[in-house]
Amino acid sequence: MEIKADTTVCIGAGMCALTAPQLFDQSEDEGTVLVLQREVPAELEDTVRRAVNLCPSGAISAS
Amino acid sequence: MSDLTLPMVRQRPLDPPDKIDELRHQAHMHRMTYADGHVGWLVTGYAAARAVLADPRFSNRPEKMHPPLPGRMELLRRQGFKPQPGLFLRTDPPEHTRYRRLLTGQFTVRRMKALEPRIAEITEECLDAMEAAGPPADLVQAFALPIPSLVICELLGVPYEDRARFQEDARVLFNLEAGLEEALAAIGSTMAYLRDLIGRKRKEPGDDLLSGLVEGGELDDEELTGVGFLLLIAGHETTANMLGLGTYALLANPGQLALLRADPSLADNAVEELLRYLTIIHLGPLRSAEEDVEIEGNLIRAGETVTLSLPAANRDPARFPGGDTLDLTRPATGHLTFGHGIHQCLGQQLARAEMRLAYPALLRRLPGLRLAVTPEEVPMRSDMSIYGVHRLPVTW
Ligand code: SF4
Repeated sequence: MEIKADTTVCIGAGMCALTAPQLFDQSEDEGTVLVLQREVPAELEDTVRRAVNLCPSGAISAS
Repeated sequence: MSDLTLPMVRQRPLDPPDKIDELRHQAHMHRMTYADGHVGWLVTGYAAARAVLADPRFSNRPEKMHPPLPGRMELLRRQGFKPQPGLFLRTDPPEHTRYRRLLTGQFTVRRMKALEPRIAEITEECLDAMEAAGPPADLVQAFALPIPSLVICELLGVPYEDRARFQEDARVLFNLEAGLEEALAAIGSTMAYLRDLIGRKRKEPGDDLLSGLVEGGELDDEELTGVGFLLLIAGHETTANMLGLGTYALLANPGQLALLRADPSLADNAVEELLRYLTIIHLGPLRSAEEDVEIEGNLIRAGETVTLSLPAANRDPARFPGGDTLDLTRPATGHLTFGHGIHQCLGQQLARAEMRLAYPALLRRLPGLRLAVTPEEVPMRSDMSIYGVHRLPVTW
């Protein structure tokens, strides 16, 4: 599973960084999503699905 | 035509109005008649509400909405005709995007974590003062209101000594029964205060959010005033009511209270569950369809207003089974209390940080905390657009 993120869509709500801090952070200045690691370890796949589902703007996806 | 108008009266303090309960058990979407006779929609299902909030074909501009309740009609329209620049909540992209981008960096998960020691300190100070003066105490005045108020004032760079003025203005603004002139005067008074404050920050910038925006140079003074207004008012009323009503809900559910007291690591999830169960957004949000949109087989026509009942959506059994009970251990994330889509609450991580610290601190410091009146005597905010308790007399 690999993460894709679109910072032009992101509204910086931080649900991703809150849900999966191992994989997501937010940029200092704009608050938009930073992907720390694109490849999702198997044990985090459910967490990532949850983060994708919680993202209010549809900025992140994983497949 | 439709016989349905928006039900607002709550028969039980912690539950949505009975009529809303009845509706949400029947269907997810309903035709509803608005104050000016417009027939629009009321959404009571979780998936449908989320779909509307995420859909860019709906506008959030006030001048496009029909008001669901009579008193607000003229106010909404007047605001719509001459909106204050910077009040970006009620805008659409690309205008909304521009403002939001300037602010998101200030409210990240990491920044809010960094604020936690200061929030904890403020919380302890409020509890010190409350213990020294009490018992009894009004938990709203001693705890629920000052914590978010102190935090947002510090963050924005608004002198806390000036709070009486905008706290009173906020009370008028959220009062659904306030007259139009009274509401406009409250808006005007807080705007004038902020305009003056921003002038001062231009001369003597501090280490705070408003000074940072002034120095950033992207917004003019009127826009800064609007942005400051939104953050200040939103930062006051919402978390304050969650702390007040949340404490009331915990006291009314002693089993759940005992769980949280025994295991403070439950705090994160307890906060999500209280947000879901209480859903203090008592009126709205509203959206207006820009084109024909089909949601769950229902055709919403261009120009129709949609009112989303978040208290109903957050109890939809399809999403939260057994959602009518408070259960601090249920998976409660994914609730719509902070909204969804591009307008999802900017300050949500701040609100979470405040609640995550404040509830456990309160329970730890005052192990004998209980209501000082009967539950029925607690005055509920049924008359306000943000639900909660007007006062919460407690003893310990
Ligand atoms: S949850 Fe979505 S909108 Fe929020 S910061 Fe992450 S990617 Fe951006």
